[in-house]
Amino acid sequence: MSRQSNRTTDSKKMNSELFTLTYGALVTQLCKDYENDEEVNKQLDKMGYNIGVRLIEDFLARSNIGRCQDFRETADVIAKNAFKTYLGVTPSVTNWSPAGDEFSLILENNPLVDFVELPDNHNTLVYSNLLCGVLRGALEMVQMAVDVKFVQDTLRGDNVTEIRMKFIKRIEENLPAGDE
Amino acid sequence: MADQCLFDFLHMEIVSHVYKEQQSNKEQVDSKDGALCISVLESLGFRVGQGLIERMTRDSPSFKDELDIMKFICKDFWTKVFRRQVDNLRTNHQGTYVLQDNKFSLLTPLSSGKQYLDQAPKYLAFSCGVVRGALCNLGLESVVTAEVSIMPSCKFQVVIQKLS
Repeated sequence: MSRQSNRTTDSKKMNSELFTLTYGALVTQLCKDYENDEEVNKQLDKMGYNIGVRLIEDFLARSNIGRCQDFRETADVIAKNAFKTYLGVTPSVTNWSPAGDEFSLILENNPLVDFVELPDNHNTLVYSNLLCGVLRGALEMVQMAVDVKFVQDTLRGDNVTEIRMKFIKRIEENLPAGDE
Repeated sequence: MADQCLFDFLHMEIVSHVYKEQQSNKEQVDSKDGALCISVLESLGFRVGQGLIERMTRDSPSFKDELDIMKFICKDFWTKVFRRQVDNLRTNHQGTYVLQDNKFSLLTPLSSGKQYLDQAPKYLAFSCGVVRGALCNLGLESVVTAEVSIMPSCKFQVVIQKLS
């Protein structure tokens, strides 16, 4: 029992490792299940969407944040609250389009790729594509249709990871959307 | 940090993907396909368990014996992975261990009672793999199975395979 004292792994850190490793195992499995990277990307996005539509409820309950006034505020909430709560990182919001309907989230470090290296034969795989789906699904539940995609990725040798988000429209009808 | 519910949702999506994938390959899912899905989920968990235990025990001295390892799994490892300690650990001192968790974290969102009991194995296969993977990297070959009689309580049976 003398050992106990020096095992002080930070439990939060550990949780993130569990998530990161599990996500890695999933991507590996998808690469086995599908023949090409596009299919894998699509599937990751779909799974992310399903997570997003549920996660938003947890987020709203936890964060106590009301309705956003504009897309800029939404961007701030996503970066400073959502990413912080669930992934422990705070991306910066930049590169606004002149019309104010498009921006980039820049991640200095992406916890999903902590232990990851992409093999050569998967050069069109968007490893973290799940995040796009999560953002799309979550925002759809608060009546915002957005387009989300990765434009830079540290896994492909870029310096930072950049997620581009484009506002498409407000969803007017309040009918619940079905699972994908 | 990766909040817990993010992992829970991811786990649910993984389970549903594995079953859908199997279904799409065939018209009907029989019990053999079910077993295949379980084994896919188990092997995913196995890899995760291996990774986790490597990182957790990186700076710690080696274990005294088998029971010492099991205690570590029940306390530290369980807390890190499943957010609480195992409630009860029993052993016959011949390599069989029963770990009882009265509020298993991956079953709590599912049901409380006997409803959906038939669905429980799907949601336990991954965890069985995680435990087996962890034990494997600590040098113990094992068979891990889970048994539920009333959710969210769950019993994991670990049978250590002796190297002859």
